[in-house]
Amino acid sequence: MKHATHVGHGVVGPGRPSAARARRRAVRWTAIAIAVLLASIVVGLFAGAVRIPVGGIVGLPFGLGSLTEQQRAILTELRLPRVVLAGLVGAALSVSGCAYQAAFRNPLADPYLLGAAAGAGLGATVVIVLGGAQIPLALPAAAFAGALGGVGFAYLLGSTRAAGRTSTSLLLAGVAVASFLTAVQTYVQQRNTDDLRAVYAFILGRLGTGGWHEVWIALPWVAIACGVLLALRRTLEVLSLGDLEAASLGAHVGRDRAIVVIAASLATAAAVAVAGLIGFVGLIVPHAVRMATGAGYRLTLGLSILFGAAFLILCDVLARTVVAPGELPIGVITALVGAPFFALVLRRSGAAR
Amino acid sequence: MHRIRSLGSVALLALSLVLVACASSSTVSAGGDQASASASASAFPVTVDAANGSLTFDRAPERIVSLSPSATEMLFAIGAGDQVVAADSYSDYPSDAPTTKLSAFEPNVEAIAAYEPDLVVYATDPGDLERSLHQLKIPALEAPAAAALDDVYAQMSLLGQVTGHEADAAAANDALEARIDGVVQQVGDAGKGTTYYYELDDTFYTVTSDTFIGSVLGMLGMRNIADAAKGAASGYPQLSAEYIVQQDPDLILLADTKCCGQTAATVAKRPGWSNLQAVRDGDVVPLDDDIASRWGPRIADLLEAVGNSVEGQSSS
Repeated sequence: MKHATHVGHGVVGPGRPSAARARRRAVRWTAIAIAVLLASIVVGLFAGAVRIPVGGIVGLPFGLGSLTEQQRAILTELRLPRVVLAGLVGAALSVSGCAYQAAFRNPLADPYLLGAAAGAGLGATVVIVLGGAQIPLALPAAAFAGALGGVGFAYLLGSTRAAGRTSTSLLLAGVAVASFLTAVQTYVQQRNTDDLRAVYAFILGRLGTGGWHEVWIALPWVAIACGVLLALRRTLEVLSLGDLEAASLGAHVGRDRAIVVIAASLATAAAVAVAGLIGFVGLIVPHAVRMATGAGYRLTLGLSILFGAAFLILCDVLARTVVAPGELPIGVITALVGAPFFALVLRRSGAAR
Repeated sequence: MHRIRSLGSVALLALSLVLVACASSSTVSAGGDQASASASASAFPVTVDAANGSLTFDRAPERIVSLSPSATEMLFAIGAGDQVVAADSYSDYPSDAPTTKLSAFEPNVEAIAAYEPDLVVYATDPGDLERSLHQLKIPALEAPAAAALDDVYAQMSLLGQVTGHEADAAAANDALEARIDGVVQQVGDAGKGTTYYYELDDTFYTVTSDTFIGSVLGMLGMRNIADAAKGAASGYPQLSAEYIVQQDPDLILLADTKCCGQTAATVAKRPGWSNLQAVRDGDVVPLDDDIASRWGPRIADLLEAVGNSVEGQSSS
């Protein structure tokens, strides 16, 4: 797999590093990513609308806490699950964005590329309108099913062309399906303007208030999807070369891409089910990681998981604290903070070239 | 793509609100030649100063289309219900209101005109409702959302003048004022020192004291925990769950019983909420979402429900 270190979207390190150098780079970046994630978790636990004594937080795991009952409840039932959920959702969106970008060789690919967002939006809107949002699991289940349904629909549609499931036909099918589902969703929503606020809350994205409940909903899917994609990271590297090149290297392009799309869609659907539509994360985190490291998908897929989790945890800290005791929709923060940060990475990586 | 669309529609929504805010003033005259036939013998022609400008009526309108649930409730409260031929899809009170499929949110001028109205009452103009009606020579009266209780009285008087029920409107206003004064007196000093959290939905959107409902509840002397988030979002901030738990309000007022199926039981099950004072003492008060979001005479019902809880609060 000599080609392995030499792909990516035109952003490659100077020359071809030796295997040892590549390994050292992988270790270094993995260590950095883990450190950043741990730091963001710490920040996430210490920051919030309510001031909780640092000593109490540090002491809590050792049973030495001087926290009041109320502070303990806030920390363990509200803040900690929220940090974990932000990490899970950030990881899920980033890993699927990274996988889509590789499998479709498209720098604009994000987790919502194939109609996942539109399908989830429709599923959620229908449940809200029918008054089923209070039934346990109804809303996440509908969003989850809608996301997978949207992608499945696009996949079927994209494969009926004579050319088979080329990445272009899939992309176009995804655009058509997304537009159609969005139109249906808008129609349903406008017929039931009573529920506008609930629908917008979903569309703007929000990390849940359900304590650990949502974490348990999302965790298994995100874990499975991350596992599958990590196992397939070499395949992704090959797919990112293009259909012809990948086939000439012996890859089963159609089958491999299908597995990647299924795994990435599961992660996206799980994220959307518990957090609504949070944009930008899945688009920029993988790019930023690739530009910063100059590495191929084999390394950046795993780094996207770690950095994606850290990014969303930090965005959520801002959402929770900037207008405290009020909150901002997290989707606003991801774009507001993400765009300038992304521009910075883009400029720096351009200068390094 | 989905995102762009949704942000776009949020922007559109905001834009339409702005447009409503600066709705142009214009004068519409109800051209009617067959006088008389009015409900009571008020002084027609009558000229009123409405939110959308000065309006002159030669006689009392007999075919009113109401696109505002609050206005529908007011019209019936002042005895003008018989003059209402159609009300929008959300005008579900009183039960004999002529609810139709007309949308107040995206009004269809042709569908409105089909009722041959001689007056259209609306709360917000999402774009060119008033202009379109003007072109069809249909008088339109804007009765915007109230910012305080005085606006309710004023709106009721205005509708009374226009419909020929001036005396009835004055009587309805007196009755409303008497009920509200009753609650305020009943609560007395118990409201002072009582804190409350008013919930609009189960993601903790709430109101500050700057809003209509906040100002009405403020008459009881209570402190709104959302006032610390003033300026966050034009009177309707979304609160952090941590903050609500930490504030531990004496009263939790649920204006999301219909929209979101919230009850004292669902509130008690929320993570971190079970130990709240209000939950333990049974001071989670379910309210009717519809009354809470309107500015009609039933606001007294809501205030009475809250008032009873404040009283119970002080004795517990």
